[in-house]
Amino acid sequence: MAVRHEVRLSGSGGQGMQLAGIILAEAAILEGKNAVQTQSYGPEARGGASRSEVIISEAAIDYPKVTQPQVMLALTQESYNKYRHDLAPDALLVVDESIEVSDDLPTGTQVISVPILRSATETLQRPIVANIMALGVLVGSSAIVERESLEKAVLNRVPRGTEDLNRQALAIGFQLAANGS
Amino acid sequence: MSPTVKLLQGNEACVEGALAAGLKFFAGYPITPSTEIAEHLAERLPRVGGRFIQMEDEIASMAAVVGASLTGAKAMTATSGPGFSLKQENLGFATFTEVPCVVVNVMRGGPSTGLPTSPAQSDVMQARWGTHGDHPIIAIYPSSVPETYELTIKAFNFAEKYRTPVILLMDEVIGHMRERIELPDEPPIPIIDRAKPTVPKSEYLPFDESQGDVPPLANFGEGYRFHITGLTHDQRGFPTSAPDKTAVLLDRLHNKIYNSLDDILLWETIDMEDAEIGIFAYGATARSATRAVRLAREQGVKAGLIRPITIWPFPDQLIAQYAKQLKALVVAEMNLGQLVNEVERAAQGQVPIKRVLQANGELILPETILQAALEVK
Amino acid sequence: MLAEKYLRDAMMPHIWCPGCGHGIIMQAVIKAIDKAGLDQDKTVIVSGIGCSSRASGYMNFDTLHTTHGRALAFATGVKMANPELNVIVLTGDGDALAIGGNHFIHACRRNIDITTIIFNNSIYGMTSGQYSPMTPHGHLATTAPHGNMDRNFDVCELAKAAGATYVARSTAYHAAGMADLIGKALANKGFSVVEAISQCPTYYGRRNKQGSAIDMLNWQKEHAVNVAAAARLKPEQLEGKFVIGELHSSSAPEFTEQYDQLVARLQGRE
Repeated sequence: MAVRHEVRLSGSGGQGMQLAGIILAEAAILEGKNAVQTQSYGPEARGGASRSEVIISEAAIDYPKVTQPQVMLALTQESYNKYRHDLAPDALLVVDESIEVSDDLPTGTQVISVPILRSATETLQRPIVANIMALGVLVGSSAIVERESLEKAVLNRVPRGTEDLNRQALAIGFQLAANGS
Repeated sequence: MSPTVKLLQGNEACVEGALAAGLKFFAGYPITPSTEIAEHLAERLPRVGGRFIQMEDEIASMAAVVGASLTGAKAMTATSGPGFSLKQENLGFATFTEVPCVVVNVMRGGPSTGLPTSPAQSDVMQARWGTHGDHPIIAIYPSSVPETYELTIKAFNFAEKYRTPVILLMDEVIGHMRERIELPDEPPIPIIDRAKPTVPKSEYLPFDESQGDVPPLANFGEGYRFHITGLTHDQRGFPTSAPDKTAVLLDRLHNKIYNSLDDILLWETIDMEDAEIGIFAYGATARSATRAVRLAREQGVKAGLIRPITIWPFPDQLIAQYAKQLKALVVAEMNLGQLVNEVERAAQGQVPIKRVLQANGELILPETILQAALEVK
Repeated sequence: MLAEKYLRDAMMPHIWCPGCGHGIIMQAVIKAIDKAGLDQDKTVIVSGIGCSSRASGYMNFDTLHTTHGRALAFATGVKMANPELNVIVLTGDGDALAIGGNHFIHACRRNIDITTIIFNNSIYGMTSGQYSPMTPHGHLATTAPHGNMDRNFDVCELAKAAGATYVARSTAYHAAGMADLIGKALANKGFSVVEAISQCPTYYGRRNKQGSAIDMLNWQKEHAVNVAAAARLKPEQLEGKFVIGELHSSSAPEFTEQYDQLVARLQGRE
């Protein structure tokens, strides 16, 4: 069976996790891979913890839900607490520096704790691009898609006039990944 | 021209398929998890000269679709469980008056308001028998985003060819998940339009069985001046209570579907050639079942998937055929036992049947199905 | 002859009881269609369920006899999908205002170009005499054997409040005037409502001791006050009477016209 990458992006509702998931899946598709993206709907999408999940594979994707993420992002403590329980062994866990990481993670979990929210707010003065920055960190440290495809996918999706801002956010994300690993 | 590769939701793929099939009218009412279909058509339809309307309720949406179709427009509505319940009377009207249309039901957890954002497959019997009276119905059910596109076109083709409403069943998983899809510039299958009358206008009979099981349907506004009623009607469409005419009408209604099963029944099988354990699953559950088949094969268990794409009419023959071959048949569905009863009826006791039933708002895990397959091995 | 041109001989005899006012109203509709010069091939008659709704079957047009209460919703689909068609809805007081009440107010609100004639006989006749939203308070019906506790609608006020752009009322007795009012309703580009008061001697009149059909027609004559005359009367002088004539006329954007404009704009044809 071809390698199947399961990715979970989590944060609070409004942090743009759904868009981040769509962008990641579209980046994979740009590379000719298969991708499936699912998300949480309903009240939890309006605040509280929110998640978006992506499966990337060279082969056909049968079961479309994530059961054991090999890659996970958590931008808030609440989303970390709620969604970390089924991590795969040796998973990559990217968290915002504000998150207190527990000691119950599976053995081999690689934790990358970097200042995503602070960088978005302080360096770019635009907390809204934290999701794009987080994608930079995630892809920079996991290489589940190429940086080039991710950038293309981001620019395909973001509003006109915000391209430079999002490029900067991505670049900072990749830099954080390089520093953090 | 090369196809456009996109990441689309099942609901969006349904919209693309409908437009490719020539949809010109959509009436709907907001309901999760089908609302994206209405939202996208509100944006797209006027651009292609079509009409979108958000009606005052689900009942009105179904009614408006029938009215629009009678003017010749390809028409559709989309809903979920509670709305599907409300549409049933007018859906029955459409079956009896033989007005082509497509009704999408993106299934969510029930009963009642249930689980609006969670998947279920608990309306499959309602799709068959939700409206009162003896009536045939065609219901088809995709299990991927690309297949949603193709089957939406197919739904319109069946509706037009057989002059009947067609139900496109989906579930919340398929409706909401985003998946890679290749959208061709041209529809991948020929588009079918309803047969038009060839007789002089004054001689037109909208329900004339001598024209075959599917009499041509004229458009309102073209001078045929015909009558449509939900009362039992004769060839002319005029009310009748004569037992012989009633029988002729009801027989033809059934014949037009059941004499065309070769055309209407669609299914897919995986690894069934040498299978000893069959897994019967449809919609999103078939995705779990596909994984279960692979996992079972990895363990040396000869498992295979039987996936009906046409749910109604039920593929009796398909089940009967494999019932002889298999040691056991696992039926997995997101309800507490609906199509499994049809499987048991069609299998006629020739194979033991194991039920994997789950109605908790979650897609059945592949491991759950695998476990059942290993137990019956 | 109008009957030859506009009625379906094959559907006769009709189901209406002797003395029923519905035939008079259908005749007024036909006269108005004829006078307006509507293209018979471009006119669609839509009806619901009940005695009045059988009229569609008798009329030689494209005709759609739908489910109970839903005529306006079906008609909305017809008109939206082909705005060139003249769409006329024939419905009853129970059909339009009880089971179909929601569709009624929303069709008014949309101001879609449909002319609706409400055959108001104050009762469910087809099912032999249950009270409707138009049965007066205190009157008798099979389901109100001790007197009707509901208050009845003033359907014309309802239509006006909900946004209809033409509203009129007439009676079977005033058949000629009714045809004129229906003609004006057909001419209005928007949603038009004509309340046509009818008599049901069989299931309403007899139970409520209103006498024969002729007595009931005379009651209509004696209790109707023309809108012009009513304007000169004091409220107490109108006690127990009802006003007939054109009650409301206004202009507002019509729904399908607006949609056509949207299509033209999006397709760059404007």
